[in-house]
Amino acid sequence: MAELTIRDALNEALREELVRDENVFIMGEEVAEYDGAYKVTRGLWKDFGDKRVIDTPITELGFAAVGVGAAMAGLRPVIEFMTFNFSILASDQIINHAAKMLYMSNGQFNVPIVFRGPNGSAYQVSSQHSQALEAFYANFPGLKVVMPSTAADAKGLLKSAIRDDNPVVFLEQERMYGLKGEVPEDDDFTIPLGVADVKREGTDCTIVARSMTVPLAMQAAEHMESEYGVSVEVVDPRTIKPLDIDTIVASVKKTNRLVIAEESHAFASVGAEISHQVMENAFDYLDAPIKRVSTAETPMPYAKNLEELALPDVPKIIEAVKAVCYI
Amino acid sequence: MPKTRVSGKASTGTNKTSKNGKGSRTPAAVTEDGKELFDPEKAQEEYNKRKKSQLESIKNTSADVLREMLYQMVLGRHFEQKCAEVYRIGKIGGFCHLYIGQEAISIGTQLQLEPRDFVITSYRDHVQAMVQGIAPEAVLAELYGRAGGNVGGKGGSMHMFSKEKNFYGGHGIVGGQIGVGTGMAFAQKYKESGGVTLCFFGEAAVNQGIFHESLNMAGLWNLPCIYICENNRYGMGTSQERAMSISSIAKKAESYGIAGEFVDGMDVMEVREATARAIERARSESRPTLLEIRAYRYMGHSMSDPGKYRSTDEIKRYQERDPIVLFKDSLKEAGVLDGKDFEKIDAEALAKVQEAVDFAENSPLPDESELLTDVYK
Ligand SMILES: Cc1ncc(C[n+]2csc(CCOP(=O)(O)OP(=O)(O)O)c2C)c(N)n1
Ligand SMILES: [Mg+2]
Repeated sequence: MAELTIRDALNEALREELVRDENVFIMGEEVAEYDGAYKVTRGLWKDFGDKRVIDTPITELGFAAVGVGAAMAGLRPVIEFMTFNFSILASDQIINHAAKMLYMSNGQFNVPIVFRGPNGSAYQVSSQHSQALEAFYANFPGLKVVMPSTAADAKGLLKSAIRDDNPVVFLEQERMYGLKGEVPEDDDFTIPLGVADVKREGTDCTIVARSMTVPLAMQAAEHMESEYGVSVEVVDPRTIKPLDIDTIVASVKKTNRLVIAEESHAFASVGAEISHQVMENAFDYLDAPIKRVSTAETPMPYAKNLEELALPDVPKIIEAVKAVCYI
Repeated sequence: MPKTRVSGKASTGTNKTSKNGKGSRTPAAVTEDGKELFDPEKAQEEYNKRKKSQLESIKNTSADVLREMLYQMVLGRHFEQKCAEVYRIGKIGGFCHLYIGQEAISIGTQLQLEPRDFVITSYRDHVQAMVQGIAPEAVLAELYGRAGGNVGGKGGSMHMFSKEKNFYGGHGIVGGQIGVGTGMAFAQKYKESGGVTLCFFGEAAVNQGIFHESLNMAGLWNLPCIYICENNRYGMGTSQERAMSISSIAKKAESYGIAGEFVDGMDVMEVREATARAIERARSESRPTLLEIRAYRYMGHSMSDPGKYRSTDEIKRYQERDPIVLFKDSLKEAGVLDGKDFEKIDAEALAKVQEAVDFAENSPLPDESELLTDVYK
């Protein structure tokens, strides 16, 4: 095991896959000479050169399309969006093209591509730069959606995403790039897509969290344990689509209470989907209505005090756990 | 630089001279794509050739206007330097993109607008906002995320707005405002207001599809939109050469049958005259123009850019042609203002910046109830 930041774990995954498969290449704004806007691709251009690590103009729709075409013709592109806010410009290629290709071609053309980059809020970057888009992409059949929360998951899932034969939307979080964790050193370490992970075992209440809300949920769980003697289980689906609902349902059947913590807005969110599936599969096991903690239903404000108010945090998750536990 | 290339239906329009420009200048000795004008020494040679007519233009411009132009440039410079200073001590959060080195563009274009004209720009918007009439106090308080900010702390550095001042915003998605600006010009034409829109964007934004879609519609529908490409040579860490297949942006106008012009963005008078020609074309013929105004970004892309992609030597070479220094020299040479005036202007600008700091420091945080306001009308 090595202790790595999420940033470096992603970097290792990219490096190993570039070595493993000559059809893998990385493309995006500032990914090469600048080492990536958030340094995820640090050193890769230097080691793999212009052919494999490619700086693009600021032309998201264009280079996403180049990725889709290249993938149809046999390559395995990893397309970086400087942030996922800018993927909205490319969403035509992701949704209208990549997601539909296999189906439209009656199974002839698959699109083995990864679209990756930071999703969600950063630090006071305001309305147009703080959006969590997982529900948007997860809504479309044909796309897989992945959201790691630890260094090991980041590495293992990114490698699986690159090896996957479908278009994968791989959502990172800028606030988490510096988080450290133990990562297996095996070059062939992967984590399969579609398998949830129980980050903390517990018996009294389940929190389903993903990406940025996982560390928050862990802190909330510690607090509930020490302050109230409530044993909280934290489940991280890791892949939003396909969703490992079985692991979530098994946890709820054990704890009988569920809180869903997510960074996106609540309306039509992944949390809403999970809530529905739990209702379908474990209705009789629930001892309290499911609670959600999400970002306020507003574009993100700039002012620090308002931004903090808008985002999920540990106290808000604690409050939700207390509510479902009737404390 | 004098125009090197004008094309399409609008070519007659560009031969008209502005109020100040006598149209007597010798054409610039530039190649078709103007590549060598990226070279500051070459640009200075061209500048020297134009110098006589520039002084002529200065003499034809009122002293009050000239003083205001210099004051605004100096204020913009000091304001941005203060932003850098307070950013470093954590007073400002998020992204903060500074305008230092590009002052002649905002001042040369906007100060001749009428109340019916509109302005829209990118996230590099502090100076454009102030020149448009938004108080420096409100801009800085916005950067501080305070209730007294230009948009109450909701927007921050990238999103200044003022309906009253026809400032349609600072926008964070590269290229997005090019389409929006086109729509503003569409409304001006629709309402027959006689107004024009100044639509600012960086050279890297030209690579977005929206630029091409917009210019095509503006050319097709005869919209009074003036597209102002602020070519500061870099989009973040990527130089224009590394991101664009040709070096002339002005020339792209040709593809859409609209007028295009290179402009030396270190020469505020040249900017002013080129804009005057474009405004005239928009008002009297309802035709769009693309101005490629070449300047240089002195600071990093934003406050978080270490700037390793260019040498300090390169930065120094461009700073030799500082737009404020060049303008002061010309004003002095033309006998309009002298050293004493410059000192006074400098002091006034510094005092204004200090007022802005005091205001921002004392402005309260936005009330928590503001979080959910203005999501819907
Ligand atoms: C659609 C989109 N892609 C990427 C970014 C990130 N980004 C912000 S500014 C910028 C560079 C833009 O350069 P340019 O258009 O030349 O303007 P300048 O910053 O030089 O004023 C980039 C890549 C963004 N904000 N929006
Ligand atoms: Mg630029």
